[in-house]
Amino acid sequence: MEIKKTSLNKLHQDSQAKFVEFAGYEMPIQYSKGVIEEHRFTRSHAGIFDVSHMGQLFIYGNENLTSDLEKIFPLDLKNLQQNCSKYSFLMNEEAGIYDDLIITKLEDGYLIILNAACKEKDFEILSNILSKKYKLELSNDRALVAIQGPKAVEILNETIKGVKNLTFMTGDWFDYNGQKLFVTRSGYTGEDGFEVSILNDLAEEFTKILIKKGAKLIGLGARDTLRLEAGLCLYGHELDLNKTPVEANLKWAISKERLSSGGFVGSDKIINQIKEGAKQIRVGIKPEGRLIAREKTKIFNETELPIGEITSGTFGPSINGPIAMGYVDKAFSKIDTKILLEVRGKKHPANICKLPFYKKSYVKGVN
Amino acid sequence: MSEVKFSKEHEWIILEGDVATIGITQHATEMLGDIVFAELPEKGSNVEKDGTAGVVESTKAASDVYTPVSGEIVDINQAIVDDPAKINEDPEGTAWFFKLKMKDISELDSLMNKEEYDKFAKESSS
Repeated sequence: MEIKKTSLNKLHQDSQAKFVEFAGYEMPIQYSKGVIEEHRFTRSHAGIFDVSHMGQLFIYGNENLTSDLEKIFPLDLKNLQQNCSKYSFLMNEEAGIYDDLIITKLEDGYLIILNAACKEKDFEILSNILSKKYKLELSNDRALVAIQGPKAVEILNETIKGVKNLTFMTGDWFDYNGQKLFVTRSGYTGEDGFEVSILNDLAEEFTKILIKKGAKLIGLGARDTLRLEAGLCLYGHELDLNKTPVEANLKWAISKERLSSGGFVGSDKIINQIKEGAKQIRVGIKPEGRLIAREKTKIFNETELPIGEITSGTFGPSINGPIAMGYVDKAFSKIDTKILLEVRGKKHPANICKLPFYKKSYVKGVN
Repeated sequence: MSEVKFSKEHEWIILEGDVATIGITQHATEMLGDIVFAELPEKGSNVEKDGTAGVVESTKAASDVYTPVSGEIVDINQAIVDDPAKINEDPEGTAWFFKLKMKDISELDSLMNKEEYDKFAKESSS
């Protein structure tokens, strides 16, 4: 199959991107300055991320749609206000995760942002349930551009007046050159920032304006180190069909109201797991010294019995040391538990630690 | 001091008496990206030509470091273990990896000179 390109592909090329294939798309892994500098620039200034490969699914409908979506997602959508967003999951009956996503209530329906590698499958699953009653549209004509970092609000507000009034996990439509953009105050770096849904034809020119105002393009390499420092899960690593939101330590994302009433796909399993406790749970891990423990590294307790596995591990540029996330048996999940990581045949000491590794700086609203 | 020689695994080597200093090339560091971890062989250990003699890791992945010649490790550069970013800054200078006492100086003969290596690096990255 031919590799897909986003509408910013030419701009990436012109900016000396190194490309990788990611979920069928040719995406920039880094630019000429490299991952660490891109990472630090995002934390100190503002980074631009092309996330156009992600799915933008619009579902149009009224209150009936809200009720029908509540049968799928573990959210209290009836009480969600218009233009407010929630992090959630598409699950199977066993509460295994097909995808993690952000859902935003719009005036005439919902917008769901899906992972690139999962979006076609998600669309199929949701269409099977919903397409008889509602119109579903997995957008092909919109790019998604994120701007993240302490300078993001100032830079974006000069380009799109009024975005500074949004608070974390809210969004709205804004006018830009006679076109409608949907902007949310969100992101996946742990920094304050925005995601801008914009027509493909306008995306390159829009991004160039952000660059002119001082933001810089950042590749997927730094996106990964940023999200890992922020303790955020990446689908295919921390999350997959064999993990539930309870095991992933994401039960905060399941609405309390829905936990008592149930009635969503996977609810029996989730309610049961919360009551009984999950066998394994996602934790933060800090190797001692400089050792990096990558995905699939085996985790042992102090008496060298296997207790779990790393799901993501790298060097955290803002922590200036190695960091990782993984799953361990519940009994070893307490902060400061000493563990061993097997790297290249040798066991190295590490500690379970609190997440996130790097303090988030979201601009929260009243809710 | 001999001329600098290069291996297909992107190491450089320079001989002084019977002690060779070995590191990774500028080209290698450009391919690897930001290096954040380095592991070196133990002083006093013996390494074999084309065998592994350390590890470097970038933010993205781990890569083995090979030795282009056999010998006994007589010194390692602790500075790059303590601060691996030095490898990106000066890979063919102060950020050498280890020194070894060569067993067989003729092992150098099969390695590339600068001109040959530059051509090889250019071709292997295109």
